[in-house]
Amino acid sequence: MANDRHGRYRFLAGAILPALALYAVFVLSPYAQAFYLSLTDWTGVSGQVQFVGLDNFTRLVRDPLFLAALRNNGLMLVVVPVVTIALGLLLAALVTFGGRRGSAIRGASSYQTAYFFPQLLSLPIIALLWQFVYHPNDGLLNGFLRAVGLDALARTWLGDPHLALWAVMAVLVWSSVGFYMVLFAASMSAIPTEIIEAAVLDGAGKLATLWRIVLPLLRDSVQVAFVYLGVLALDAFAVVQVMTAGPGGPDNATEVIGLGLYRNAFTYSRFGYAAAMGVALFFLTLTLAVLALRAGRRERVELA
Amino acid sequence: MNPSSQFRPYPTRRAVLGAAVAGAALPVLGGCVTGGDDGATEAAAGAKTAENPLGVPDKTPLEVVIFKGGYGDEYAINAESLYKQRYPGATVDHKGMQKVGKALQPRFVADTPPDVVDNTGAGRLDLATLVSAGKLTDLADLLDAPSLDDPARKVRDTLLPGVVEDGTFDGKAQVLNFTYTVWGLWYSKPLFDKHGWTFPTTWDAMLALCEQIKKAGVAPWTYQGKYPEYLNDPLLAMAAKAGGADLVKAVDNLEPNAWKQQPLVDAATAIAELAGKGYILSGSEALSHTEAQAAWSQSQVAIIPCGSWLEAEQKGVTPDGFDMVMAPAPALSGGDKLPQTALQASSSESFIVPAKGKNPRGGLEFLRILFSTTAAKRFAELNSTMPSVAGALEGLTLSSGLGSVKTAVDAAGANTFTYRFRTWYAPLAKAVDDATGELATKRITPAQWSDRVQKAADAVAADSAVKKFQR
Repeated sequence: MANDRHGRYRFLAGAILPALALYAVFVLSPYAQAFYLSLTDWTGVSGQVQFVGLDNFTRLVRDPLFLAALRNNGLMLVVVPVVTIALGLLLAALVTFGGRRGSAIRGASSYQTAYFFPQLLSLPIIALLWQFVYHPNDGLLNGFLRAVGLDALARTWLGDPHLALWAVMAVLVWSSVGFYMVLFAASMSAIPTEIIEAAVLDGAGKLATLWRIVLPLLRDSVQVAFVYLGVLALDAFAVVQVMTAGPGGPDNATEVIGLGLYRNAFTYSRFGYAAAMGVALFFLTLTLAVLALRAGRRERVELA
Repeated sequence: MNPSSQFRPYPTRRAVLGAAVAGAALPVLGGCVTGGDDGATEAAAGAKTAENPLGVPDKTPLEVVIFKGGYGDEYAINAESLYKQRYPGATVDHKGMQKVGKALQPRFVADTPPDVVDNTGAGRLDLATLVSAGKLTDLADLLDAPSLDDPARKVRDTLLPGVVEDGTFDGKAQVLNFTYTVWGLWYSKPLFDKHGWTFPTTWDAMLALCEQIKKAGVAPWTYQGKYPEYLNDPLLAMAAKAGGADLVKAVDNLEPNAWKQQPLVDAATAIAELAGKGYILSGSEALSHTEAQAAWSQSQVAIIPCGSWLEAEQKGVTPDGFDMVMAPAPALSGGDKLPQTALQASSSESFIVPAKGKNPRGGLEFLRILFSTTAAKRFAELNSTMPSVAGALEGLTLSSGLGSVKTAVDAAGANTFTYRFRTWYAPLAKAVDDATGELATKRITPAQWSDRVQKAADAVAADSAVKKFQR
């Protein structure tokens, strides 16, 4: 018995340690260095650094750009996950139960494939495509609005500080909704049809079935989606960097933490300060993940 | 389900995480990013002779790193072959790349940099930071060395006005810029001829012309809205012409209320007038530089502000017979301190000789060769761009745009000016860009514009962590 166990540990160690070593060198050690650098004034080119204590952090809370970034990321954190998950659930339900008597609709898998497509494009490419869509004079969006006679609704989407952040959020939602739809659809098809049929027999309407029967059974998937989408909303760097004026504009209306970090490090050569931003972002993300996972900690429903 | 009854043969997730964090927190920091060695390296040097005034060691290899962007790197390879002809014992290691900063940052930290670097492009290293870290060689020896073409003239006397000053930090020349860029307003000459428009030299005439252009169904102005710094160029140029060198100095030296000087407010008012009278193509504020310039190349717009690289940049999309030309920004008033022909000019493509390279003398000599008329002419031919060496364009057949740039530079003579705050204080540059973007969309007034920028300048001035420069 004891021998058996030893062999097992040796095997496990052999499997895990190389990966753990790589992880330590390429993930943990940079993290540790970032924490250390956030307490210094490192410029990125000099071998000499000065320890400045918590200076970078006190500067951070007084930096109007960082505060603007916090506000914008905060708004995205509220809007992007909720809208994406709601749309994803709705589309998944339509595909999975939208057919006759709550069965899958015809061609369900081709819908799923189509909705999944944006996931295959990298984020900068998506941002570039949407920049063309939002083009104020020749763009698809304004072109469509003008073609159907809604000229009054045409806007300079990315050039208006009141609209730019919403335009960015729309792109984030568009790019991720397909993935979560597929995820939710997979969980939904695992729900035994008897449960749905029973609900329908009891006289539940479509919305009530979705809200009271299906959604509670999907708790785990939704929770994971919240964490991932939250992380996405706290980042949003690529889309903002490629798409917006400035970038981060107009007039910092789309400033995000990642962008401020990048600018301070690679344009201003303030790597110490940028590291402090990274540390702040790290704790924000960590808090979000812990909260989201705690909030959803409940008794699990076992199916079948 | 009762979790405590679960069989747990392995350490819990929590325990693993805890151990990992503890392990990582132990200073893994010894050999990492900031671990540089500041010991002095002995640089190789040879005997100084009339043929070899910089004392280049013949047998020491030379490592050259060139930004391979819009200008390619063929011009540098050409200069390297001239170097090898002069020093047959030396090998030249040439590297052309786009992300200069990414490749060289660790080498600067470790004090093992190349011998000469073209620190240019979006990923370049911040010059002010390199300077304050003491990473660069003083170029005085090079500037005072006899030029390759005419030993009676020093290298410094063969350069266009402002080039030496552009590379001077703290009174020491540490950067030498190879291309000469001037800023102005661009238009298509045939388009103007067709309508009988003449390019104005005063702002009042500009407004009158814009009215005519608008009546002809063409948008008078556009700008590269995603990057409002393009619109800063006419604004700051008009202010500099009206206020003269003192105004520019006050701005760069972060003097109190420098941004509230009347010529700056007047210039901001001029730009606001363009927006207010509807002379700017609608939607410009959301256009990238390529989109705005494309609209201009298709003659939807008459005038666009840009630097002298515009012709080369638009090469692929310019219709035949478009014949673009550049004109200096108009004069704000009759009382301007500088003539209207004065030009905002500065040099770029920043060449540096790292202080801790193995062959800094060779690096300096490479620059002496590159800044000779022969090598500079070759560059001008390859890239239709003006090098910062005087007379490099003489005898060449010039395109419409480059010809107009040369004419403008000749007309300006010594009356060139440049603001240094952009390179000295990048955060202030961002504040100016943001404010100008808002000004051009009528979201702020000229007075608010100068208030906002002044506030940003005061913040930079009060920040003890920012290294200050004076001119």
